[in-house]
Amino acid sequence: MAKPYDLRHYPGFLGVTLLCLLILYAPLGVVAVYSFNGSQSITIWEGFSLRWYVDVFTGPESAKFKQAAWNSFIIAIAAATIATSIATLAATAVLRAGKFRMRTLSIGLISLPLMVPEIVTAVATLIFFNAIAFERGLMTILLAHIAFCIPFAYMPISARMQGIEASYEQAAMDLYATRRQAFTRILLPLMMPGIVSGFILAFIISLDDFIITNFVKGAGVETLPTAIFGAVKQGIKPNIMAISTMLLAVSIVMVTLSWLIGRKDQKNLIQQRKKK
Amino acid sequence: MAGGAATGGSVQSETYREARTWLLLPAWVTLGILTLAPLTIMLVYSFLTKEFRGGVIWEFSLAAYDQFFFDRGLFGDEPPRIEWTYIGIFWRSIWQAGAATVLSLLIGFPTAYFIAMRPQKERALWVFLVTIPYWVNLLIRTVSMKFLLRDEGPLNEGLMAIGLISEPLGIVNTNLAVQLGLFYSYLPFMVLPIYAAVERYNLALSEAAADLYAPRWTILRRIVLPSVRPGIVAGCILVFVPSLGSFLAPDLLGGAKTFMIGSLIEEQFKGNAGNWPFGAAASMILLTMVLILLILSARPSRKGVR
Amino acid sequence: MKKLLTTAAALSLIAGAASAEGKLVIYHWFEYMPQDLLEKFSEEHDVEVVMDTYDSNEALLASLKAGAIGTYDVAVPGDYMVQIMGNEGLLDTIADGELANKGNIAPEWADPSFDPGRASSIPYQWGSTSFAVNRDVYEGDINSTDILFNPPEELSGKINMLDSQGEVLAMAALHMDIPQCSSDRDQLRALNDMLQSAKAHWASFNSDTAKEVLVSGDAAAGQIYDGFAAKARAEGANVEYAFPTQGYIVWMDNVVLLKDAPNRENALLFMDFLLEPENIAAVTNYARYNAGVTGVAGFLDPSLAEQPESNPPAEAGAGVFIEVCDQATQEVYDQIWTNLKK
Repeated sequence: MAKPYDLRHYPGFLGVTLLCLLILYAPLGVVAVYSFNGSQSITIWEGFSLRWYVDVFTGPESAKFKQAAWNSFIIAIAAATIATSIATLAATAVLRAGKFRMRTLSIGLISLPLMVPEIVTAVATLIFFNAIAFERGLMTILLAHIAFCIPFAYMPISARMQGIEASYEQAAMDLYATRRQAFTRILLPLMMPGIVSGFILAFIISLDDFIITNFVKGAGVETLPTAIFGAVKQGIKPNIMAISTMLLAVSIVMVTLSWLIGRKDQKNLIQQRKKK
Repeated sequence: MAGGAATGGSVQSETYREARTWLLLPAWVTLGILTLAPLTIMLVYSFLTKEFRGGVIWEFSLAAYDQFFFDRGLFGDEPPRIEWTYIGIFWRSIWQAGAATVLSLLIGFPTAYFIAMRPQKERALWVFLVTIPYWVNLLIRTVSMKFLLRDEGPLNEGLMAIGLISEPLGIVNTNLAVQLGLFYSYLPFMVLPIYAAVERYNLALSEAAADLYAPRWTILRRIVLPSVRPGIVAGCILVFVPSLGSFLAPDLLGGAKTFMIGSLIEEQFKGNAGNWPFGAAASMILLTMVLILLILSARPSRKGVR
Repeated sequence: MKKLLTTAAALSLIAGAASAEGKLVIYHWFEYMPQDLLEKFSEEHDVEVVMDTYDSNEALLASLKAGAIGTYDVAVPGDYMVQIMGNEGLLDTIADGELANKGNIAPEWADPSFDPGRASSIPYQWGSTSFAVNRDVYEGDINSTDILFNPPEELSGKINMLDSQGEVLAMAALHMDIPQCSSDRDQLRALNDMLQSAKAHWASFNSDTAKEVLVSGDAAAGQIYDGFAAKARAEGANVEYAFPTQGYIVWMDNVVLLKDAPNRENALLFMDFLLEPENIAAVTNYARYNAGVTGVAGFLDPSLAEQPESNPPAEAGAGVFIEVCDQATQEVYDQIWTNLKK
């Protein structure tokens, strides 16, 4: 039956999406342009130059930035992976294990890191690590990050799971699938967009964190935010803009690559679904 | 097929009933040690006596809560009145965070819906398009936002060049700038949960309604929105709550002329005041407030069509 | 076991760093130490230098009191914070003869009120805090605190204040000609009222971007440190640094030996290193403030001596340190600050 309109599209939604992308990229576009500025200042344009990119790799602080970027990346990947796993299991328990006494309490506990202002978590965690004589270093940063990443991973995962009917897994189990099989073969694939969303949110929240990291890190251990914070707060410097622009470029390249690779897999997936 | 998804009620089952302890254990252990324990320290601190210039003295005291709720004048010897200062600061923060959340929802929902309705192979690309800017540090994003909005920045100069405005909009150092900054800080936290929910939405429901001659915007309001409610709630929480305690955007874009909850609490630990019990008490009050809010939002939605 | 962990951590973190004799852990401000000077020290003494940063005196104190004391060797607090840290028992005492170059300290800085006899500290840099005005916007006389607290029409609404209780309230005390730690209730009420009415003229409170807002033109006048004002001028802003007749704030940052320093020997080596005129002059050339060590003149950038920010005119008021108030007085000032920002 022919529809009078296509329900996939609402007038204006494309416009809003493009506006959204414009808002997201405009400030960074400005940063990218000014990273090629010959002058020190962010406000005065003095001609095209690559000096800040050279500075990033050869300047006195290049080793520090490289190490910091590496630390940030490793911590963000590890924290997001662990937090997403914990959140997925927890969401399954909360939404797929009936009503039980600890349920509401669990939801509260999972949301807890979200509700405490960062500075409080920072001071409290530092006091706590000191109280148990845990030496500060990369490990303390990772542990702290895992904790505050969990709610960010949990929210999209649980939102997604609420939309998936239990009948799928029930059907699978009626057909003699074990619970583990129902979980890994049915629920997890259906959960993927939620899990990916959760992972991305956890990843970027870890990558961004300054306050907690700055308190719980050991001396000399830097993440990218702690390494650049002072320089940026006193007026963003061109070498920082160059770093940001490169980060942006690297992520765009990585995403494009993974998309190109992923296209093949998705084609297969679509075919499978069609068969179904 | 319809059932649960259409009413927007959370789907629950007992499939993993026996395994639930094991499923929850990692979360309980991690958060119990890394969040609950430090937070308990803070709860205890809020009932202790402050040590001058930071730290606590191990003597029970209600002074921190008293300071929050009662005003005793500049010198602390007038009869107590209700203290509006901190309530005012809380109210302002709630308002700012609320405005930022509404802004994010207005932009974020159409974006999420649009992305979820793209062909399957394109969706991931759109999701990444929205999240890539967040690889760049929050501080840099906020600073460049300010640079863009400045009176002599590209936005104002561009608008003046094409003759839309005759003098700068004067956005920086206003509440609007703070809201824009918060919105910009947390936008993907709105888009992604909604996307994850809409992606699952069964379009056949919309089509059925359309067959019954329901106007498309009515379909959106009455059928799509209730179905993806968990995603919207999750998105709003993820934008609202961090905005509430944030101080980067208020400081850099708002000019830090007035305290927000985040900067008020920060000042107690890192400022001249050095009043740890008061900072802890203010955090506990904030925590209680957010908890109540969360419990309200977690209540199952009213079913059926109004 | 602990040592093993430390070594492992050091190995995994400082990739490629040569195995040094010892270590030195510095807790320092952002952007306040030239990297090559650290490397020079590191090479001269075969010491691996690790630096951590903070963004305010109070943040330093908070971190140390939350338990970071015992992990750092030296820190660089400002004058009043040296006194506070001393009172809090966070500083170690340097015995006579432990610093070979102690005699290099300039006589006027050898016995400061905040650390009598330099028991725990050495000078790092000193300078002043007042304010700078964009001369394109306002051409009249600027050497008065009225510019901040009762500004001419051209500047009203375009003023940036430092987001720092100590500096704003000390400047306000100079403006009203009252003591910094007053306990006179009428004076305190008047101070509170004066600040409330002055706030209407202010655009923002920002310490970190104090320079940037002047360069970009976002603010036409702003409370600022002298070195920042000099840098703003160097970046093309037509700003003039004021020396108000009512007086201005003088500050000195000091390298202190922290209590329970894990590498006390190296900390002392580092302090001696910074008391050598050539080395501390390198810091001054970088930060554009002033050293508190004799014999630096020959190593300084010649333009430094002439810069207007370092040369108060004859009619300038006196420079004063920020004072440390007792608890009861400080609580009233905290209340005034909260009132200002509520």
